[in-house]
Amino acid sequence: MYDFNYQKPAAIDDAVKALGSDPEAKALAGGMTFIPVLKQRLAKPSTVVDLAGLGLSGIRREGNALVIKAMTTHREVANSKDVADAIPALAHLASHIGDRQVRYRGTMGGSLANNDPSACYPSAVLALGATIRTTRREIAADDYFQGMFTTALEPDELIVEVSFPIPEKAAYEKFPNPASRYAMVGVFVAKTAGGVRLAVTGAGNNGVFRHTAMEQALSASFSPDAIRDVKTPEGDMNSDIHASAAYRAHLVGVMARRAVAACG
Amino acid sequence: MNDTTLPHIVKGGIGASPKRVEDRRFLSGRGHYTDDINRPGQTYAVFKRSDVAHGVIRSIDTSAARAMPGVVAIFTGDDIAKAGIGGVPCGWQIHSKDGSPMVEPPHPVLAQGKVRYVGDAVAMVIAETVDQAKDAAEALVIDIDPLPAVSNMIAATAEGAALVHDDAKGNVCFDWHIGDKDAVDAAFAKAHKVATIDLVNNRLVPNPIEPRAAIGDFDQSTGEHTLYTTSQNPHVIRLLMGAFVLQIPEHKLRVVAPDVGGGFGAKIFHYIEEAAVTWAAAQVNRPVKWTCERSESFITDAHGRDHITHAELALAEDGAFLGLRVKTMANLGAYLSTFAPSVPTYLSATLLAGVYTTPAIYSEVKAIFTNTVPVDAYRGAGRPETTFLLERLVDVAAKTMGMDRVAIRRRNFIPADAYPYQTPVALQYDSGNHEATLARCMELADWSGFEARRAESAKRGKLRGIGMSTYLEACGIAPSAVAGALGARAGLYEVANVKVHPTGSVTLYTGTHSHGQGHETTFAQLVADQLGVPFEQVEIVHGDTSKIPFGMGTYGSRSLAVGGSAIVKAVDKIIAKSKKIAAHLMEASVDDIEFKDGKFTVAGTDKSKAFGEIALTAYVPHNYPHEELEPGLDETAFYDPKNFTFPGGCHICEVEVDPDTGVVNLLNFTAVDDIGRVINPMIVHGQVHGGVAQGIGQALLEHAVYDETGQLLSGSLMDYTMPRADNLVNIHVGTESTMCTHNPLGAKGVGEVGAIGSPPAVINAVVDALRDYGVTHIDMPATPQKIWSIINAATPRMAAE
Repeated sequence: MYDFNYQKPAAIDDAVKALGSDPEAKALAGGMTFIPVLKQRLAKPSTVVDLAGLGLSGIRREGNALVIKAMTTHREVANSKDVADAIPALAHLASHIGDRQVRYRGTMGGSLANNDPSACYPSAVLALGATIRTTRREIAADDYFQGMFTTALEPDELIVEVSFPIPEKAAYEKFPNPASRYAMVGVFVAKTAGGVRLAVTGAGNNGVFRHTAMEQALSASFSPDAIRDVKTPEGDMNSDIHASAAYRAHLVGVMARRAVAACG
Repeated sequence: MNDTTLPHIVKGGIGASPKRVEDRRFLSGRGHYTDDINRPGQTYAVFKRSDVAHGVIRSIDTSAARAMPGVVAIFTGDDIAKAGIGGVPCGWQIHSKDGSPMVEPPHPVLAQGKVRYVGDAVAMVIAETVDQAKDAAEALVIDIDPLPAVSNMIAATAEGAALVHDDAKGNVCFDWHIGDKDAVDAAFAKAHKVATIDLVNNRLVPNPIEPRAAIGDFDQSTGEHTLYTTSQNPHVIRLLMGAFVLQIPEHKLRVVAPDVGGGFGAKIFHYIEEAAVTWAAAQVNRPVKWTCERSESFITDAHGRDHITHAELALAEDGAFLGLRVKTMANLGAYLSTFAPSVPTYLSATLLAGVYTTPAIYSEVKAIFTNTVPVDAYRGAGRPETTFLLERLVDVAAKTMGMDRVAIRRRNFIPADAYPYQTPVALQYDSGNHEATLARCMELADWSGFEARRAESAKRGKLRGIGMSTYLEACGIAPSAVAGALGARAGLYEVANVKVHPTGSVTLYTGTHSHGQGHETTFAQLVADQLGVPFEQVEIVHGDTSKIPFGMGTYGSRSLAVGGSAIVKAVDKIIAKSKKIAAHLMEASVDDIEFKDGKFTVAGTDKSKAFGEIALTAYVPHNYPHEELEPGLDETAFYDPKNFTFPGGCHICEVEVDPDTGVVNLLNFTAVDDIGRVINPMIVHGQVHGGVAQGIGQALLEHAVYDETGQLLSGSLMDYTMPRADNLVNIHVGTESTMCTHNPLGAKGVGEVGAIGSPPAVINAVVDALRDYGVTHIDMPATPQKIWSIINAATPRMAAE
């Protein structure tokens, strides 16, 4: 990797200041994407601002919501009793991210800030209608994700925590990429008092998206059969050596039906 | 493990399964690999590589890079040419049908004039640290005019295709054949039916866990060069690099291959980086170290397989195989790697008889240059390609004939009593019993209960399939005279030096090399067994040309069959000399001395001497037959095999396909192999497990994919699917051995059987699972996308029926 300055601030304000004062500075959360990028010399930040000293780790219930702080690791989410009681689908999702080493280091905030189009968490945040609380404001999930690797975050804006409304039922089904084990197609479905939300990661050519046709069908009848004939437009799908757009579109249907079935 | 142990099992000897001696250091992080070696004053090399597949090098401006901090030296192809350094040589020459030798373009240590694949080394930057070398490499100003590239064999053989090498017209390296064309034509003329298949043997990236590394070191005072390298065969590297590339005589060149973390063939070959660091160390008068990164290894380690084949099998009315006609194109990549030409020819087409009595066989092989990484031997080397072809074709033949897949195999097996068996494609098999391995494997896999299991899967909406392969391969490389006649440019014997110490412990120096195989255990067992000394008192040394008299290294499952035979020969010499010493001490005739269980006795008396006493006498020869014998107990043997060895067996795979997603789930894998004498059953099981895992990887997961411009799309572990634990099942291993008849151990070799026998068993099972979809063949890897596409294409038709 290239040389860079390293800072590990103890206060959120200092971290924001460090990132705001230098356009070449980059924030480091768990580093599970960023460190490999640095090692391959694909990024050349002037300063790396390590967020590990900000105390941004923890999970709590807040009324009818589950609040997870940004630096909480996948392992902590996967093993949390609060998560298992409130949104077991979220714990299940976290327990299948990467491998054991990644789950010990990788964080929810890091994943959401990066918004990799194959990451698992964006589908949960979008399907559960979560709210992203940052150092500046609150952002609704529907406004937060803005395409591959693109979010509503400003360069010096940090995710502090994410508030997940607790659904009646939810489930996540992932078809992993055979090589990377990222989601080739991941479907998160949530049934709430306000209706059904269903988000797809890994498949779309513009990152995570809500499948509104399926949401409508499921809001009318929450069963796998209700979406059996709902098509996913191939033109919206990603395509690579592992899966064509047609195959991805097909898998969206299969994973969605399985997710609905898994809700019980 | 039946019939594979000698009658006298000594503790830790042949037939026992002591834990692997080497694992103590490997599992505790104390292995000593090339990258663990650091020489005083060491510098670091980074290679600047071409990022285009084909192009003309217009200029390389090194001036800015030379001014960078820490830069020690920068070398380009011009420097290599000025220094008179040769290209890395090819160790095997093939002649075309018309008698002309293969086209053998030079493979310069650094590219000269042109780059020919993504990864081709353009310049070498040496600096005080790796990062400084990388910084300077980025500061090189390299002007390359891209040329059209041919990234696969179809493109390379198209009319008007760009030429990888100007003197290889049509990008053909050689156009070779074997067998009797007229006899095959006659067989097809009288055929009842003909089974045909077109298939691709998918290109693979070896990916040993330890990336390659090399350190060049030069001692100004003695003029001695040392190369530390991740090699399976240090003596071969010394020969090739010393004699052909750098013109360093053997006595001034030491090659050390310390602990090596897996090779699978990729570390047989002499690579340009080895020559570059060895040469550069003398230029800069400091050690030069290069360690490959994973992404670099994807585009520089020789790849494997990559054949396209059309084959036809002529069948009689009763299912007898009458004749086999095969036409293959083999991708060699951009340059000839060390043993590349032997893989699709003598390591492949000579096995087209397989386990069958096919009387007439004719095979043609066109070897093609492309703008891709060189292709060479990878675990199995040629035999997996032939086995996949044959065992798929036999399943197709069964379908063509409306015969049972097992029945058609049995109809055509070489009977056990027909051995030795001369095939129509040069080889003479010495031993085998295909019915025995088949029957045992079918029993272990419960073949007869399959249809009930298939029905049960169908109830759950899943498609279950079972497949087998009954295969045979050739190991024990090789009788030197035969190999030489076929184009090998080296002998292929093996060497052992057994050094008995004064108090009776033993150090064995072997010319083979262990990089995961467990030689330090197996060979110690062998010596312990033969000399009757405790297993713990035998030490194995390999991998250093300054310690070992000579050796050809480890590949082609040769270490026990050839290297082990050399050990037996050296031990026999030790025993013969010891008997003379014992006869002297016990005042008996040497003819009356018997040796058993570590004791020398005079026949018919109670007089005896322990092996340790003889060893001590040899080194403290106070009472010694000096007129007749030299002191000491130290013997060397060279063993040149009389024939290849022919391991084989039966592999059965059972799978379940999820028609919704196309995912193939392995349910069961059973391997029953005939590998001759087994020394350590646990290590044999491990070798089969590893080989089967790689075979399953090839069948279901792995694929090196190039785009049209010659960029490797599957160029990292994010896109290249290595098999992982959750891709596999418990693999049931059995042995059903016949002994090799021509080497002293009866050993045939086990290193590659798993990777050779398994891919067709897996694909035959997948095709069987899709039997209702009208599928006759699926190319590897059988990925979910591929399976879903087949099911998806067939579903409307099936729904209509």
